[in-house]
Amino acid sequence: MAVRGPTGPPVLSLADVSKAFGNVRALRDMSLDLHAGEIHALVGENGAGKSTLVKILAGVHRPDSGRLLVDDGPVAFTAPVDAQRAGVAVIYQEPTLFPDLSVTENIFVGRQPRTRWGTIDKARMRRQTREAFSRLGVEVDPERPARGLSIADQQLVEIAKALTRDARVLIMDEPTAALSGVEAERLFRVARSLRDAGAALLFISHRFDEVFALSDRVTVVRDGAFVSCDPTDDLDVDIVVRRMVGRDVDDLYPKQEASIGDTVLEVEGLTRQGVFADVSFTVRAGEIVALAGLVGAGRSEVVRAVFGVDRYDLGSVRVYGRRLPAGRPKAAMAAHMALVPEDRRQQGLVMESSIARNATATRRRPLSRAGLLTSRAENEAAHHWGERLRLKFGDLADTVSTLSGGNQQKVVLAKWLSTEPRVLFVDEPTRGIDVGTKAEVHRLLTTLAGEGVAVVMVSSELPEVLGMADRVLVMHEGRVTAELDRSEATEESVMYAATGTTSGKGAT
Amino acid sequence: MALETIAKRLRAREAPVVGALLVALLCASMFVDVFATGRNTSFLLLSVAAIALMALPMTLIVITGEIDLSVASTLALTSATLGLLWESGVPIETALVICLVVGALLGALNGVLVTVMGLPSLAVTIGTMALYRGLAYVLLGDRAVASYPQSWVSGARAPFPGVEGLPWIAVAILVLALLFAVFLHATGAGRSLFDIGNNDEAARFSGVPVKWTKFWLFTLSGVVASSAGVFWTLQYGTSRADTAFGLELQVVAAVLLGGVSIFGGVGSILGVMSGVLLLGVLRNALQLFGISSDVLLIVTGAILIASVVTPNLAARVRSRRARPLTSRTSKGDTP
Repeated sequence: MAVRGPTGPPVLSLADVSKAFGNVRALRDMSLDLHAGEIHALVGENGAGKSTLVKILAGVHRPDSGRLLVDDGPVAFTAPVDAQRAGVAVIYQEPTLFPDLSVTENIFVGRQPRTRWGTIDKARMRRQTREAFSRLGVEVDPERPARGLSIADQQLVEIAKALTRDARVLIMDEPTAALSGVEAERLFRVARSLRDAGAALLFISHRFDEVFALSDRVTVVRDGAFVSCDPTDDLDVDIVVRRMVGRDVDDLYPKQEASIGDTVLEVEGLTRQGVFADVSFTVRAGEIVALAGLVGAGRSEVVRAVFGVDRYDLGSVRVYGRRLPAGRPKAAMAAHMALVPEDRRQQGLVMESSIARNATATRRRPLSRAGLLTSRAENEAAHHWGERLRLKFGDLADTVSTLSGGNQQKVVLAKWLSTEPRVLFVDEPTRGIDVGTKAEVHRLLTTLAGEGVAVVMVSSELPEVLGMADRVLVMHEGRVTAELDRSEATEESVMYAATGTTSGKGAT
Repeated sequence: MALETIAKRLRAREAPVVGALLVALLCASMFVDVFATGRNTSFLLLSVAAIALMALPMTLIVITGEIDLSVASTLALTSATLGLLWESGVPIETALVICLVVGALLGALNGVLVTVMGLPSLAVTIGTMALYRGLAYVLLGDRAVASYPQSWVSGARAPFPGVEGLPWIAVAILVLALLFAVFLHATGAGRSLFDIGNNDEAARFSGVPVKWTKFWLFTLSGVVASSAGVFWTLQYGTSRADTAFGLELQVVAAVLLGGVSIFGGVGSILGVMSGVLLLGVLRNALQLFGISSDVLLIVTGAILIASVVTPNLAARVRSRRARPLTSRTSKGDTP
């Protein structure tokens, strides 16, 4: 099984580990070996048990059965601190640093080195922090407070913390989900240098391009059980997807040609000081227009302003030729607009509320009879849409937080599609959801466009943009830098425009 | 299905307070001789009338995650206003209308400070609590207006026609509470209040006019507090600047005791009305036992803390117990 020359025993391994929560068996006889000097990718659909596995390795959960081995010796992690002592460090998607402490203080929090006099040895802390960052080959000011650091920099602080702790195993749980392309590249450089220095890395990601670019071996997990473990070079995307889903996914981007109708949405000269400037575009019925660009280019902000959740300073929005008042989501909804927002947990759903109430939150008035809204009316409507979107749930009265990420997204979609929009904004519609659901969402968008809905899709995933869009608008630093037809949109042309480099093609 | 709904109801957050109220009523009528007399029920209901009134909009406000601590001061300022208008010979009908308008303006000021200026309602209404009380002192100073006709006082305390021991105001509050309950639990606008309290950003993304809603709730709270002020004045036949001092705490106590979460997003009118009555019954029973008012204050405070602590404690116990229990059953389940 050894690839890349690791001949010794694995640094960390799971052997036949099972873990259940209530009646849900999160892991079943799962096995995994991590060797020094390898980047090991772990892939699986949402709910396949990846997070549980990470939490067992991090000492958060204890396995019900099976063994955990460090250097071939059995260990029992009863708390995260045991895992840390054994040299295991976990980098989460969104690290939680103390915002008012400096970077250095965050790195040494709870284990500050002491001087002879018993005071904190600040000089040593700073020196070790500098060393850690220079080993990583990145520049982060050790003195600055953690507040205001980008998520990417926060992750680097966490990695530096792991280095100063002499961690031998680094677990990265979807680290790139909130990173821009450049930031992700930098993270990968760091990961490779750590591997070359002899660390074992477990890398979890939904993005196959990253998995294939970075990893040495790939372990696939499905329904809590081990499926396969192979050198990355022996695999391709189709094989991995098939193993993850357990069946063939017919087509990830089932784009159909829709007949393009009249102009439905006209945005003209939309400007919000310091956020975006002079954004103009039109969308026609049956058309899918993608808003591409790097994270922070202002795409979500534009969409939010058009829908009226945010304000704008200048410009106009017209739907069917009629001007929409600014800053009023209700007016946008009355004009048959819908927005499936970027952050489904914070913006899309009320997590404490039930599935039924969330799914019908946009239609309380039309579902009422004589002004009165019954739970029955809500349940019927929610049930109808739940079936249409193949939502997997126990009881419509359960809180929406009990659902998996993909199913939560379906509730947000139900909530908005049930309003029968004519203009649909979807902001990162497939972020963090598994490949099976992803294909379903894409099919849904295509079907809607086929029915004449004007769709505007914000997406950071280039394959999604290129696979789904009839037209691509690329934004860079708050401005639209290119408008590309489906035929002219390629990874290169989009990336040129997104990074602000002129390629001489399609720039406006 | 029906059984299931009933079972769910019993497990709901307001179930403990409804149960406690029933137990308190039972105990009080068994052990306190005069408790179940018409004279006493009338006294008891009149003593909680103003609290019950103000608790209704307070419930809606706390559910949206805000609070209005200025209600007792609004009551006092209304009372002072009514006193001055009465002394200067303004017809009572006109005076009443002016009082309600004053209440609406005072509530609207809270609303503007919270929504337009974006200030936390806790700070805003502590400020206006002092401000409105101060204005009441400006209007009346240390003196009292007590020259209201006796017929008004007895009119305010009159029983519902034909029912001894049941003041008409109690019936009016019951009807109002039903209206509030229907609004909160069975209309779209009412249900969106829970969304605002749980996650106002998601509510805004769903098209709920969050600021507008909050503005109107504070205004409503002002109007209701001033109606409570009018009733309070007539009920006791006096206007004083220091009247109903600290009453806002009893309103908040009743609301929290009734199962409304101080963090917003959870609560019901049934629970709150039970909370108001429970506090009233306890005070009344203790008074009949001849226990001093200091002890009453301590009891009120203790109940308030208990009502905030208990749901959190219960949730913690439940989650702690859930783990070992479920893993045990699941092991049994696996073949």
